Amino acid sequence: MSNSNTDNAYLNMDMLRFTTAGSVDDGKSTLIGRLLYDSKSIFEDQMEAIEKTSKSSGEEEVNLALLTDGLKAEREQKITIDVAYRYFATPKRKFIIADTPGHTQYTRNMVTGASTADLAIILVDASKGILTQSRRHAFISSLLRIPHLVVAVNKMDLVDYNESVFDEIVKDFEEFARKLDVSDVTFIPISALKGDNVVDKSENMSWYNGSTLLHHLETVKVDAADNVLDFRFPVQYVIRPGMHFRGFSGQVASGHVRPGDEIMALPSGISSKVKELVTRDGNLEIANPRDSVAITLEDEIDISRGDMIVRKDNVPTIRNEFEAFLCWMNERELDVTKQYILQHTSRQVQVFIEEIYYRMNVDTLSREDAHELKLNEIGRVRLKTSQSLFFDPYQINQKTGSFIIIDPTTNVTVGAGMIRAGSTRSKNVDVEEAKDLVSPNVTWEPWNISRQEREHRNGHRAKVLWFTGISGAGKSTIAKVLEQKLWEQKKQTILLDGDQVRHGLNGDLGFSAKDRKENIRRVGHLARLFFEHGNIVLCTFISPYANDRAFVRSLFEEEPDFIEVHITCDPKTAQERDPKGLYARAAAGEITGLTGYDAEYEAPMSAEITINTDKMSVEKAVAAIMEMIA
Amino acid sequence: MTALRSQSHLKELEDEGIYIMREVAAQFERPVLLFSGGKDSIVMFHLALKAFYPGKVPFPLMHVDTGHNFSETIEFRDRLVEKYGVDLIIGSVQESIDEGRVEEETGPDASRNALQTVTLLDTLKKHQVDAALGGGRRDEEKARAKERFFSHRDIFGQWDPKNQRPELWNLYNGRKKPGENFRVFPISNWTEMDVWQYIAQEEIEIPSIYFAHERRVFNRRGVWLADTEFINKMDDEEVITKVVRFRTIGDATCTGAVVSEASNMEDIIQEVASARETERGTRHDDKRSETAMEDRKKQGYF
Ligand SMILES: Nc1nc2c(ncn2[C@@H]2O[C@H](COP(=O)(O)OP(=O)(O)O)[C@@H](O)[C@H]2O)c(=O)[nH]1
Repeated sequence: MSNSNTDNAYLNMDMLRFTTAGSVDDGKSTLIGRLLYDSKSIFEDQMEAIEKTSKSSGEEEVNLALLTDGLKAEREQKITIDVAYRYFATPKRKFIIADTPGHTQYTRNMVTGASTADLAIILVDASKGILTQSRRHAFISSLLRIPHLVVAVNKMDLVDYNESVFDEIVKDFEEFARKLDVSDVTFIPISALKGDNVVDKSENMSWYNGSTLLHHLETVKVDAADNVLDFRFPVQYVIRPGMHFRGFSGQVASGHVRPGDEIMALPSGISSKVKELVTRDGNLEIANPRDSVAITLEDEIDISRGDMIVRKDNVPTIRNEFEAFLCWMNERELDVTKQYILQHTSRQVQVFIEEIYYRMNVDTLSREDAHELKLNEIGRVRLKTSQSLFFDPYQINQKTGSFIIIDPTTNVTVGAGMIRAGSTRSKNVDVEEAKDLVSPNVTWEPWNISRQEREHRNGHRAKVLWFTGISGAGKSTIAKVLEQKLWEQKKQTILLDGDQVRHGLNGDLGFSAKDRKENIRRVGHLARLFFEHGNIVLCTFISPYANDRAFVRSLFEEEPDFIEVHITCDPKTAQERDPKGLYARAAAGEITGLTGYDAEYEAPMSAEITINTDKMSVEKAVAAIMEMIA
Repeated sequence: MTALRSQSHLKELEDEGIYIMREVAAQFERPVLLFSGGKDSIVMFHLALKAFYPGKVPFPLMHVDTGHNFSETIEFRDRLVEKYGVDLIIGSVQESIDEGRVEEETGPDASRNALQTVTLLDTLKKHQVDAALGGGRRDEEKARAKERFFSHRDIFGQWDPKNQRPELWNLYNGRKKPGENFRVFPISNWTEMDVWQYIAQEEIEIPSIYFAHERRVFNRRGVWLADTEFINKMDDEEVITKVVRFRTIGDATCTGAVVSEASNMEDIIQEVASARETERGTRHDDKRSETAMEDRKKQGYF
């Protein structure tokens, strides 16, 4: 590969894993061939081979798509049927492409490819526009939480490199992507066939000022998906060369650890201190995400494969019942009465998938009733394992939030899951407890006038719009304009705001995690009361914790009219806006625990609508929400 | 608060390789590390040393010996085994021939490469191996692009491209029925360049024939083959002395040399960087048919 530099530049190279998705004939193979070819990653003998094949099948030009072609059977049938991995490097970066074909096994392959990707390229044929498949690709990318999306609008040569065609596609995609939880989308107009904007800047599209595709791939941030906060160390293998050494080996899943740190072993709960972080190249002073090390401890405690080492003051959820999104990957459909094996970090346990809440229609993003999950279907399910797992929600920690399901009869991997939260059905779930909180000796009394009657008289349905996001993201601004609009349409509304309820009703609460939780609990019930009164209830609360929001949602579980609205923007923008002067005060050290500054915000995984106020005006945002609740 | 990952691509590939090594040691009862004496298997062994440090590598090496070796490779192998105190299992193709399990090929292109498969499978069976670590890389050949890290083999040691398990995140499913086994490829994600760069960075010792040296060679259909007792030369094939080196090390009958002056790691990396041919392009055995590799793979050779 002639452009790889030899003057030790490689020591500073990093690595980007990306996945490519497109419908058949969108030009995915051509694009990959083009990237390999233009980055000079193709050898002469490979080139000769494809020239020969192109000729013998009567093609005029050398077919770059042949470069990425795999197995014999597929070559004969001219289709690709599985995830294939390709490699190329530029002086800046090494790239691993997980190439997933857009055919029958689509969802399964895309989920597989996406599970390890830092970035997804979604190909769109400019002459056809956004198709159902493009939406599916975007949804899966957001479900698997790939940090970066690139929409490559291909075949621009077929539409005369026309800017308005590109703009239209961008608009369509953004419209749809609002329903998804994707934070970084980049649109690039290209022609894979002619090479425009792939590696070299196109001379045919002077209206486009952005990066070429390769330049974008070379500069995008690589470790965006790593959780650097919560130390989790699943033990893979215990190294015991003799009596005096016991090293717990594994790869740091998230967070970091140093010698001297107080740790706790799960499931035993026994504490100790880290003695050394051992590697053959010398002991480390710190172990970061993805570092493979062996940890020794000050005390002799019993730890084996499948156990997890964590910090004493930062423990994952420990539970044997939880909810997850599950992608089914086998011809034999999911059987809710069957015992499967679940593999999570370094543990294998037995599992029942006890209930399917719904199936996600990946093309329309609507929820469908489901009693089974078939190959390539994705559903929300509740699982129960023989022993507790140590997990975090997938949206917070991909390493401790992911699992696979194995069929014990065939030993085949049949499912892939992403944990959402501990199940609301299990006994000691705080959510459930809070929801069912009742004063002693009190029984429920039905409403005198039902909500349905009130809705009928008001002429519209009651709804709850839950606006969540960091301070300064734009929750209140948007909600206020929205309420004004609704008011003008003679809708019955109320806007509940954080600062209001903290006067009076919640005036006794502070900002600790516990108080925040109580705050949200009360507001949830308050919203419920207004909802029962027939209102369109707009709630603007930072509500940083996924669990607390899950609680509020659970109050409206049977209602299709609870809508979570995630208002997001670059934290930098929020700090600049600083409408309440909070960031300035935090920076001056006057307040601590400010969400988005020095306290964590757990972004929603499946908000009904996500609005990025860096990219969208207030008017547009309001219009989008209006459309949704119309 | 933020502890940034200070990782180069080599570090990340190494951490991944070590992770796979440990998964194999933990999930299987009788793993072996397939060791040919070539650079890929040497890198694998280096990863194994790191994975179990300060303990010993908890599985033996296994060499499928065609009997047609470059002597430098065998000497290298024996020294390494001695130095690190690991066990070595040898599967001998010669024995397979003597026992009538396979028949020696004849003619000028006769090679023991195809025969290796039987010896390999027999040896795995004899030692009840349930996981064999191989140095295969996905960039080597088109047929390998879809290979898994954990590649399942049926009871006949065969690989069914249609029946491979999806691999997600870093969760590797090594469950199997009695008699079945796995091939595991910890350096799947490495390219030839990565391997060379890693050898240079880690200062790993490799057999001398990777470096330029004088050798008696002859040219067959564009490939420089070493003049050894194992190859039947044709009348018009003229043996000359040239300065060459090998990019891969396999059976002496079918591993081609490249004309090269590269006598140290830096030169080699330079050369790999400007190479116009894949390393397998110098392997005579892959040239026989476009799908040669895939066919051999289905039968159980890697
Ligand atoms: N005009 C034009 N044709 C393209 C472009 N990219 C791909 N194609 C053609 O579209 C067809 C499908 O391409 P291919 O790469 O095989 O699609 P895949 O099914 O997505 O892998 C082929 O005939 C390509 O030559 C492009 O940028 N412009």
